[in-house]
Amino acid sequence: MLEPWIFIALLLGAGMLLPGVTIVANWLLAPKKPNPIKQSIYECGIETVGETYIQLKGGYYIYALIFVVFDIEAVFMFPWAVAFDKLQLYMVMEGVIFILILAAGLAYAWRKGVLEWV
Amino acid sequence: MDWQDFLSVLPFIIVAGWATILLLVDLWIPANRKGITAGLAVLGLIAAIAAVISRFGIEREAFDGMIIVDGFSSFLQLLFLGVGVIAIAQAYDYLRRRDIERGEYYILLLYSLSGMLLMASAGDLIVVFLAVELLSIPLYVLAAFAIPKADSEESALKYFLLGAFASGFLVYGIALVFGSTGTTALSGMVAAIESAETTPILLLVGSGMILVGLGFKVAAVPFHMWTPDVYQGAPTSVTSFMAVGAKAGGFAALLRIFISALPGAAVMWMPLTMWIAALTMAWGNIAAISQTNIKRMLAYSSIAHAGYIFMALPAAATPEVAPEAVRAALFYLVTYAITNLGAWGVVLAMEKAEGSGLEIEDYSGLGKKRPALALAMALFMLSLTGIPPTVGFMGKFYLFQVVIDANLIWLALVGVVTSLISAYYYLRVIVVMYMRDGEPEVRSEALLNSTIFITAFGTFFFGILPGFLLKMINQVSLLDLFR
Repeated sequence: MLEPWIFIALLLGAGMLLPGVTIVANWLLAPKKPNPIKQSIYECGIETVGETYIQLKGGYYIYALIFVVFDIEAVFMFPWAVAFDKLQLYMVMEGVIFILILAAGLAYAWRKGVLEWV
Repeated sequence: MDWQDFLSVLPFIIVAGWATILLLVDLWIPANRKGITAGLAVLGLIAAIAAVISRFGIEREAFDGMIIVDGFSSFLQLLFLGVGVIAIAQAYDYLRRRDIERGEYYILLLYSLSGMLLMASAGDLIVVFLAVELLSIPLYVLAAFAIPKADSEESALKYFLLGAFASGFLVYGIALVFGSTGTTALSGMVAAIESAETTPILLLVGSGMILVGLGFKVAAVPFHMWTPDVYQGAPTSVTSFMAVGAKAGGFAALLRIFISALPGAAVMWMPLTMWIAALTMAWGNIAAISQTNIKRMLAYSSIAHAGYIFMALPAAATPEVAPEAVRAALFYLVTYAITNLGAWGVVLAMEKAEGSGLEIEDYSGLGKKRPALALAMALFMLSLTGIPPTVGFMGKFYLFQVVIDANLIWLALVGVVTSLISAYYYLRVIVVMYMRDGEPEVRSEALLNSTIFITAFGTFFFGILPGFLLKMINQVSLLDLFR
């Protein structure tokens, strides 16, 4: 009855032990030669130059909107594709029409220059 | 599901599909020849009108009751499509004059129209919600069409924020009604209420919230706050379309939901709608008196007229009167549409390129300078007041008669008294036009003039001979959902 929970407890113990051992071993074995750069707080990327609180160009928001459209399209496409061989003809046609409408939107945005990088 | 179902929504498919095709075609139409887009849009509307006429008189439910085709929906769809044709004709020259001509205008207008068409034949609360959104979202964009003009942006933002808020009410109301009746299908709701398998409190709150959401769309007091600002700030051609189309769309849903799906709950919504009607009539007409700007004046007038049409709802709570009440509301919607499109057409003709010429004082001397235009405006003002021989009189007569038949004599009295009040500000426009001296600058554009002529002719013709319209409306009824 309790067997599955015992496995989980074992897994939990092993999961804590393995990284714990490596961290402690690292602390014991590593040579200690500190310098200011090593001790500074970790930051990803390079240090900023100048004022950071400035206005940024949000020119890519329409780009993001178009992305959302196709993100949502994928949500509808998966069930459609999975049940594809069981669907009647008109259901397949409706899926195609749905994609065509989205494609029309993309064509419109493309022609209006939304996809150009500004 | 069969091909008949698709035929049932054919007008909607034509308009929405044509709008999408036109969106692509428009990309290759040069910027100085957007008249082609307007013409093509009208062609699509004519095809849709043909589709509606071809199935006139047919009654059926399609897509498992999601879509209802009956006299009510066909009649309203004809009205919407007619309004669309006139709105495009009014917009064409105006957009060029204001230098905001873009093909998207006509395409957004078609999308909004497709929402109205769907609204007229919605048989399910989910479809009602979809239709409301489809109707509204293009209108938000259209209101901002004169961007970067600040007042157009302000108008669009106000309309969008309050409209989104109202949509929230509508969808929450739908959820509560679903919680109470266990279905969103209108026919299912009728059956659930009849068999008393409902939670009354949820039904009361839910239908009340639907009333709030749709009351916002038709600009009924106390949900009217946005109307004057939005109508004033939006480009006038958009206002004209919005004042007529969006209002008729809202009433299509109100009549369908409350009269055909919730007659069993009439005890609940009858007092609510009665007070909304009385307040809307009173406040719309009283607030209009102090307006000096013609667009704001007509905005308050449109609030007042929403109140008149709203009277059909409490009247329809009496089952024997309900069919007549629906017909009276439809008749009033037609009179309102014809008269208001005409009045906004005159406003369009008087507006100058930079957006001035919208004060009532600017109409001084119009009677001498352009007698025909002044005569048309006088006719529209008389019709809005409800004075014979105009169609507005017939509309009010029919509606008040129905309200009296339903034994709501005090409500009819409120209607009559507020109509008398409204005479003050409508007649003032006529006084200014004929009895003051001035040098008004008036546009004379062929398309605009023809829309004013057609609506003026309609206002006068149906005022003297309403028989044709009445005969058509007498064949119209809501599909009886209870079987």
